[in-house]
Amino acid sequence: MPSPKNYLFTNDHEWFNQNDEHGIVGITDFAQDQLGEIVYVDLPEVGDSFEAGESFGEVESVKSVSELFMPIGAKVIEVNEDLADAPDLVNSDCYGDGWLIKVSYGDSDLSSLMDGDSYDTYCSEL
Amino acid sequence: MSDTTLKRTPLYEAHKRLGARMVPYAGFEMPVQYSGIIDEHNATRASAGIFDVSHMAQFRVSGRDARPFLQEMLSNDIARIDDFGAAQYTLMLNDEGGILDDLIVYNTGFEYLIIANAANHEKDFNWLMAHKPENVELVDESERTALIALQGPKSTHIIDELTADDYALPERFHINDALIDNTIPVLVARTGYTGEDGVEIVARAQDAEALWNVLLSFPEVTPVGLGARDTLRLEQGYPLYGDDMDVTRNPLEAKLGWVCPTQEEDYVGGQAVKKAREDGVEQALAHIRVDGGIPRNGQQVLVQGQPVGVVGSGSHSPTFGFGMASAYLPVEYTDPGTKVQVEIRRKLVEGVVVKPPFSL
Repeated sequence: MPSPKNYLFTNDHEWFNQNDEHGIVGITDFAQDQLGEIVYVDLPEVGDSFEAGESFGEVESVKSVSELFMPIGAKVIEVNEDLADAPDLVNSDCYGDGWLIKVSYGDSDLSSLMDGDSYDTYCSEL
Repeated sequence: MSDTTLKRTPLYEAHKRLGARMVPYAGFEMPVQYSGIIDEHNATRASAGIFDVSHMAQFRVSGRDARPFLQEMLSNDIARIDDFGAAQYTLMLNDEGGILDDLIVYNTGFEYLIIANAANHEKDFNWLMAHKPENVELVDESERTALIALQGPKSTHIIDELTADDYALPERFHINDALIDNTIPVLVARTGYTGEDGVEIVARAQDAEALWNVLLSFPEVTPVGLGARDTLRLEQGYPLYGDDMDVTRNPLEAKLGWVCPTQEEDYVGGQAVKKAREDGVEQALAHIRVDGGIPRNGQQVLVQGQPVGVVGSGSHSPTFGFGMASAYLPVEYTDPGTKVQVEIRRKLVEGVVVKPPFSL
């Protein structure tokens, strides 16, 4: 499945979607497929701030744990509370209801992120 | 990592065709999952799962003194399986009572069949070889044979369908020979590692794929990888060698005193077990239910903030939706109901000691 054209991507398989004055962060379809069925998501607290590339939480499948890395420098303004009871939303709808956190990101630099086409090319070479 | 050093079971191509995700395990390239660990787990509990466990070691022991030899080498009382077709769970210990392996020995009528852990294959064979008298024959059959487990409530009905009308399934913890689908000669053992009724089928390597395919042709049957095999066994509290016991642990610490009967203590390690029984042990294996996180191998277990042990097996229970762990703890903390904490990546998560199998 091609990645959404209006999203930006990291080579750690997180996505970032600019949405008015805030942004939304999640993991990509490639990432959720590699992980398998996600059974636990560990998210930060609202108000926590992270540098670009810093770990902000973990997703766990039955067999493995994967760290989540911040696509850009940003402050958490909301976390997806639905994932506490339904972590599998990350599998079933990773670009929609399976989002992870909402952030405010000020004038953080987005230039290091890939667009959808570049990310798809990147994945096809892995 | 190079895959060239990994061995493959006779079902490797079948796994690839099913789209399995393959991982290295105990020197083999094995399927960890097909459709997904949770699906496969639930299918086994509700219907039937088929598992390739051909990586496990299979040894044949025969000859006039095979019985006294196994009585000496294994902790359980071999007299309990003097009836043809009987089987038992047992341990192989070193002189100090440390656990070398846990295994199942089957009395197939004219010889004994041992099924042991893949990770201990060479070690077990060499240990048995080194102790074996001349009139005992020990043969490593692992390369020539396949082992397929069919587990779950629909399993026995499927074997009935595939065998002649006058064939009767073995009782639990027994084995007999059967002809599957009129063409495939096998041994059918009523044993398993899931807590469900089911069988483990020994076949010739060249028949493995035909057997696998005919079992899988039943719509009730789902292929299951090592991932769900692990969650299925841990929900039951069945130990996994390496994570739940090793050579530094004796059977009493591992809560396996029941396979070291007291009426017969002349086996290798028996005197050490006897002494441990008299002196008592300081630590024992406990099972812990964890709500609010998934415990993993190597994480600390604490009581009132003080480290008391380390997670051996740790995973998520697909059936119950909570985290589950095993750990060696000081015996005073092993009573069911004891409150503990597990340090899951900097966070202390509450847990409680339970008596397996895990349940809600």
